Amino acid sequence: MPKTGIPGKKLIELYKSMLKIRKVELRIEELYSQDEMKTPVHLCIGQEATSAGVCACLKKEDYVFTNHRGHGHYLAKGGDLKAFISELYCKEAGCSRGRGGSMHLIDERVGLLGASAIVGGSIPIAVGAALGSVFQKKKSVSAVFFGDAAAEQGVLYESLNYAALKKLPVIFVCENNFYSVFSNLKSRQVKDNIYLRAKVFSMPAHRVDGTNVMDVYSTCAKAVKYARSGKGPVFMECRVYRWRKHVGPGSDIELGYRSEKELDSWLKKCPVNTFKERLLKTKLLNAKKIHSIDKELDSEISEAFEYAQKCALPDKKEALKYLFHEKDDYALD
Amino acid sequence: MPWTNLFVERKEPPFDQDEGKDLRKISFAEAIREALDQALERDKRVFVMGQGVDAPGGLWGTTLDLHKKHGAKRVFDVPLSENALTGVAIGAALVGMRPVFVHNRPDFILLSMDQIVNHAAKWSYMFGGKVKVPMVIRSVICRGWGSAAQHSQALHSLFMHIPGLRLVMPSTAYDAKGLLISSIVDENPVIFLEHRWLFKHTGYVPTGLYSIPFGKGAVRKEGNDVTIIGISHMAVEAIRAAAELQKEGIDAEVIDLRTLKPLDTGIILESLKKTGRLIIADVGWKTGGVGAEISAIAAECGFADLKAPILRIGCLDTPTPSSYVLEEEFYPGVDDIVQAARQLLKK
Repeated sequence: MPKTGIPGKKLIELYKSMLKIRKVELRIEELYSQDEMKTPVHLCIGQEATSAGVCACLKKEDYVFTNHRGHGHYLAKGGDLKAFISELYCKEAGCSRGRGGSMHLIDERVGLLGASAIVGGSIPIAVGAALGSVFQKKKSVSAVFFGDAAAEQGVLYESLNYAALKKLPVIFVCENNFYSVFSNLKSRQVKDNIYLRAKVFSMPAHRVDGTNVMDVYSTCAKAVKYARSGKGPVFMECRVYRWRKHVGPGSDIELGYRSEKELDSWLKKCPVNTFKERLLKTKLLNAKKIHSIDKELDSEISEAFEYAQKCALPDKKEALKYLFHEKDDYALD
Repeated sequence: MPWTNLFVERKEPPFDQDEGKDLRKISFAEAIREALDQALERDKRVFVMGQGVDAPGGLWGTTLDLHKKHGAKRVFDVPLSENALTGVAIGAALVGMRPVFVHNRPDFILLSMDQIVNHAAKWSYMFGGKVKVPMVIRSVICRGWGSAAQHSQALHSLFMHIPGLRLVMPSTAYDAKGLLISSIVDENPVIFLEHRWLFKHTGYVPTGLYSIPFGKGAVRKEGNDVTIIGISHMAVEAIRAAAELQKEGIDAEVIDLRTLKPLDTGIILESLKKTGRLIIADVGWKTGGVGAEISAIAAECGFADLKAPILRIGCLDTPTPSSYVLEEEFYPGVDDIVQAARQLLKK
């Protein structure tokens, strides 16, 4: 087995990060039918490696912007689990205080500055955060996750142009899962070549196996180094697959818009299991360690769900709150 | 271009004149520039972006040479990617900057409605107030010289409809400076609209920094017979109309709302209580416009005070025509306000 060049500790961290996402998503799926999480959930089961691989390259001071399918990005960047689950349960203790729901997660304390449910919507905002970082001489990089359909939006190309023009520290991460709701990429784009379009803007652009967390991590680590040194943005197209429906729990394979054979081929490439097998072979993991990681994560997740279920709902009288940040007066600072 | 000099009014409106040692008369455009200059000077977080902000004319003088004084990194031109650049401003604001994004026509803002409406306006509320978006979008609105349909709109009603946005429309040099400072200081996204015909109007403006609170309208002229609310340049027209009406024995009260969001409903209802008659003169279309909103407020909260139907004055419900004959028909002015008041007072 070839050496990865990634330290063993980091590999375990990547495994835990992916596994946490998988377990949280499965728990959401399991409990969703109780109808207590009254918010549409876009599960990222099958896409965990992109979240884990990219975010493992980032520091706390770096920014992440995400989209409607953002549970994994939130968790991998270190977003608070209890606040996330509470948000799904529509509680005031939710990360967005019950005003955002599943599609609008935020944890500003770890640099996760928001999620847009308009396809491509958070891309320019990430570019702006990078511009702010340059203004402030902070050396923070800004990473943004978006899907393949964002490559059909003009705002992506406007953003690529501007980030490249100003050499801003942005990591563009396209998670190409080949489907926009029920529509295959082939019916929407001339060619399956999203990453090549970024190259036109004179920035490094890579196509990565998004089910292989080591590929994602290695590519992104170089990208972050490049961006942080002031050389400009980098583009990554990570090829992944959405195992579940566009929105909601469960499979939709019976609808027939994609084949069972296609799904099976991706199930075989499960990012979590294939990586676990590898770690077992290289002796970085063993049955005992796997068991203890499982136990630790399961109990953390159970605790978060119990917490969320018990938390208070928002106060109806506060429905207007947070529309504006008020100043007591307009006196100058 | 010739029309920048030709069609601008030169009559000075007889208000906000106040002799004082720190006051001097400057134009509306100079007042805008002074606010930006002083904000850039005072606050390192402030930057000014937009097509042509560093151009020779400096957008009617409103950004003239600011890039030379404050550096090309803080006052800079942008590609014509209105939507993405609005997102860029949002992102910079989220991490602690204070962007001012300038559009030389409001028509171009329509390209950035996704970032304004779906993102800037919602980012605070949608995330439970955890983050804020302190940014200003400035635009020069309305009349030019045969500018036609895509270089002359006002569009403020669209923004007034959206929760999460501030909407500021000054009509005097004094307000332009003070309200622009307030907009930059404010913690939220602010749409700041400047009528092009106001740029050469002069008024007494303090040399130092000052801010004007949002949501506080001004009574420009007191009166007892009819209340005329003027939006932006129509506040100037309303003052002229009031002077005409006075000659006929009609004592009109003129209100300049200054900010439409927040809206000073108090000043409207108080005046209505006194006069019992209301005319709203807007620089935009009548249908679904600001006048409709104010009429609804007056009907909901001041119905008992109304002695006559509420009248709205606005642009014709068509795209702006280019021929000056049709333009005159399209845009409302002093005469329309005078007519409306006569109608209400049955004179």
